[in-house]
Amino acid sequence: MKRTSLLVLAIAALLPLGAAAHKQWIIPSQAVVNGNDVWVTFDGAVSNQLFFPDHVPMRLDNVTATAPDGSRIELKNASTGKYRSTFDLQLSQPGTYRIANANTGLAVRWDTPGSLAAKARAQAEGKPVSGPGAPPETRGGSLRNASLEDLSTKVPKDARNLQVTQTIGRVETFVTNGAPNQTALAPVGQGIELAPVTHPNDLFAGEEATFRVLVDGQPAAGLEFEIVRGGTRYRNAQEDLSATTDAEGLLRVTWPEPGMYWLETSVQDDRPSIPQATQRRLSYVATLEVLPQ
Amino acid sequence: MRIQLTVALGSLLAFPAQAAEVNVSVQIPQLKVAEYHRPYVAVFVEGADGKHAANLAVWYMSKDTSEGHGTKWLPDLRQWWRRSGRTLELPVDGVSGPTRPAGTHQLGFDDTHPELSKLAPGEYTLVVEAVREVGGRELLKIPFSWPVKAPQSGRAQGSSELGTVTLRLTP
Repeated sequence: MKRTSLLVLAIAALLPLGAAAHKQWIIPSQAVVNGNDVWVTFDGAVSNQLFFPDHVPMRLDNVTATAPDGSRIELKNASTGKYRSTFDLQLSQPGTYRIANANTGLAVRWDTPGSLAAKARAQAEGKPVSGPGAPPETRGGSLRNASLEDLSTKVPKDARNLQVTQTIGRVETFVTNGAPNQTALAPVGQGIELAPVTHPNDLFAGEEATFRVLVDGQPAAGLEFEIVRGGTRYRNAQEDLSATTDAEGLLRVTWPEPGMYWLETSVQDDRPSIPQATQRRLSYVATLEVLPQ
Repeated sequence: MRIQLTVALGSLLAFPAQAAEVNVSVQIPQLKVAEYHRPYVAVFVEGADGKHAANLAVWYMSKDTSEGHGTKWLPDLRQWWRRSGRTLELPVDGVSGPTRPAGTHQLGFDDTHPELSKLAPGEYTLVVEAVREVGGRELLKIPFSWPVKAPQSGRAQGSSELGTVTLRLTP
């Protein structure tokens, strides 16, 4: 009995860390290409190590590829394996392609009469009522990636303290065939995006790159990015960088070495676009290739 | 004012009379490797701001295949590709040519060359970039000033994909 509760405690303690530590990414086989019949192959996964698929594959349902003329092109040879998804793109146009997994959904939490009672009991016994160490019964219900319809069908009628968070996430990468262009990079205007000052396929070690970070299409100050170079499996430190957007929303990064870089940021605000939600969580990931001098 | 004008006219008249010569020699080293392919080489000029100024030579596999085989690997000449290659319509007359074997290759130009004649007076860098399939990449730079008022020469020594590169300018 005692062992069980210890185990539960350990799992509960791990959960928040685990959720934060997993990294989502889409990585191209190469980002700068040229030719008459060019193909680039992509992997998409959620992992701890960059860029080694070691956890779960990325679902391809919402992955889209935008061609240099702004049109959507088809993902070819798409498949989802145990640890990663993979697909190909045939780059028949010159210019820059944007490959993105854009997700919007609702994260919903609520209390049930049972969880409220358990919380009251925990409080009386001096235990935490939520988070690590709280008895499992204190947890009410929750939904992730839910739709508006789920709100009425999957949330029980006796739910209390309903918390609805709108989530808008974007995981993306860019590849360029021949000369780069910016049509596909035009902001969608929802969630967090990177607008190029330096083109995302024009990155070189030792040079400073500048991006304008947008939230809902507007420059966003004070967003902190975590930046990690791939190949973490073969070194003993993450060697992560951090950079924060300035008053104009500009993010400046000097790449210490060539490689594939993972950039991530997230922010929470109280500006959901649907009345049922009280807050909003935005997240953004880009995979960028940095070439040697 | 009048004096300045005369000087300007004078220098304009002086140059076309005798074409300055630009000689570049590029040594491609002999390599003992399991799999050898001739390198792709770009010889080009950068301005003091690092911006592309002129293309002198690009050697690549110009034989075409359905895949665009030769041009497929041009982005591996990374600096040349970003500065110029990716916006060029290849082949370029008098600039692009087939890959060359190991040995020393002499390139001669004069200042009437269409790429050189457009250079504004100033400081420039000659860049020689070489990359080899399943091999390495090397980039050498030699600074010079333009136009050529006095003889200039420069030399750079490669260590992997390039041997000696020399630049000789004669007015």
